[in-house]
Amino acid sequence: MALHKLTLCELQKKFTAGEVTASEIVRAYALRIGQVEPKVRAYVTQSKEGAMAQAEALDRKLKGWRKTQPMTGMPLAIKDNICTEGVPTTCCSRILQQFVPPYDAAVIEALRGQEYILLGKTNLDEFAMGSSTENSAFGPSRNPWNLHCVPGGSSGGSAAAVAADECAAALGSDTGGSIRQPAAFCGVVGLKPTYGRVSRYGLVAFASSLDQIGPITKDVADAAFLLGAIAGHDPRDSTSADVPVPDYAKALKKKDLKKLTIGVPVEFFAEGLDPEVDQAVRAAIEEMKELGAQVKEIRLPRTDAAVAVYYVLATAEASSNLARYDGVKFGLRAKETKDLLEMYTKTRQEGFGPEVKRRIMLGTYALSSGYYDAYYGKAQAVRTLICQDFDAAFKEVDLIVTPVTPTPAFKLGEKSDDPLQMYLSDIFTISVNLAGVPAIALPCGFSKTGLPIGLQLIGRAFEEDVILRAAHAYEQATTWRTMKPAVR
Amino acid sequence: MQITKHEVEKVAKLARLEVTAAETEMFAKQLSQILTHVEQLNRYDTAGVEPTSTVLGQVNVFRDDVVRRSLTVDQALANAPEREADGFCVPKIIE
Repeated sequence: MALHKLTLCELQKKFTAGEVTASEIVRAYALRIGQVEPKVRAYVTQSKEGAMAQAEALDRKLKGWRKTQPMTGMPLAIKDNICTEGVPTTCCSRILQQFVPPYDAAVIEALRGQEYILLGKTNLDEFAMGSSTENSAFGPSRNPWNLHCVPGGSSGGSAAAVAADECAAALGSDTGGSIRQPAAFCGVVGLKPTYGRVSRYGLVAFASSLDQIGPITKDVADAAFLLGAIAGHDPRDSTSADVPVPDYAKALKKKDLKKLTIGVPVEFFAEGLDPEVDQAVRAAIEEMKELGAQVKEIRLPRTDAAVAVYYVLATAEASSNLARYDGVKFGLRAKETKDLLEMYTKTRQEGFGPEVKRRIMLGTYALSSGYYDAYYGKAQAVRTLICQDFDAAFKEVDLIVTPVTPTPAFKLGEKSDDPLQMYLSDIFTISVNLAGVPAIALPCGFSKTGLPIGLQLIGRAFEEDVILRAAHAYEQATTWRTMKPAVR
Repeated sequence: MQITKHEVEKVAKLARLEVTAAETEMFAKQLSQILTHVEQLNRYDTAGVEPTSTVLGQVNVFRDDVVRRSLTVDQALANAPEREADGFCVPKIIE
């Protein structure tokens, strides 16, 4: 079998057994990327020479002996808002187009410590603000299942790269669904860990109380494997949690769902849900019953407030985080300005795209004098109510099952003129970030037009092992993971 | 909630953004739309509800004050749009 078709775990086994060298792996991926990348456009920076040099050095070092670590020689793609020392990290924004980080993010440091191979940096909506990659300053990526459709966003490049076999696995980031929604649109697996599970050090900040890095992979076992490599406490991120990291692979050993109670929130199966998505998710719930799960209807009554809460809090935090782009220490600086103030405003005018500006404006408004209590304070209080909904639900059930998105992937350009419609399509993923709990997206079917449909499993804080176990049992009982896009 | 063009200009100034006339018009319309949606939050009674700023419940996180490896001056200045000696260079502030 061609190397690019293997899952991360399969490739790792072959490599550890000495059946394949790192150079062979990188060559196989270079060939695959050369074939499909002109159509998919998942990457914004390819590390062709860097990857080959890394692989050759690794092969020389490993000659004759193979004492490797889990990620050694594994070819990954990294979302371009995660800092990689010496490799451009642009956030797909003109303002950071020339930025080359002088340090690695904590997750990259961990992977580099295990001698992984960086294939390249993937496309995203500018500063991770969007649901389609159409807000990227470098143009959108395409959905490998249908090149006229969006791959989702903001981690659309990472999800498309995994779906099109342009990497063994990828990292994304998720602030309101940016790992899970593109994973669902591209028919792959995406995991947003518990807030605090993975260090955010070196992740370019969008909304600091919501952002979290996580894996996008070809199957659930790969997600467990990659999460294990990046999870853990980091004193450099004060919001990183000092909670032991379990052996996630071990959690996958149970092949059934016995003794698990699964909650189905009625609010997620309401008006606006595409009938094909509704049907696919309900069929998945039936399958989980067959596997031994107890299924129970539950309520998350404040679900309809989530989008409003999110777009106040996330934009408020973004307006503050993005104040650092002022043309002084790094990034773009506008030319020929008469004074400092004009240098700031012209730099930001030239450097930010329309969606980023819109969110800075909204966040600044919500934080401005006279409106702070009515918008920001109110949204923070309703966030508490949303957290309470989840707390109450998790007293009754072990995990919650929902669709990832109301519809399968939409067409390029279909929603780009209407920001509110675009925001409302995040309805099923956003409350998870507000509550800080972990959730996984995995394929559970296809539309009649051949587009993937995603299933979301939400767990208690720091119970990634439980959602991984359930996702794995469902995945292994079905055949969705064997479906691959033709890319044409 | 209706946001006027004048308010858009005021917020842009606070956010250090330069906006064109076309953008001012567009943002006035779009922000009005979004904030109207946000107003549905008023349906929820939040009297006495504590605000959530972080789900972790942390207040202060301390670590020992020890010297660690940090960037060299050249590394820190490598991305500067303009540098002079060991510093960042900006347009003149005081005449």
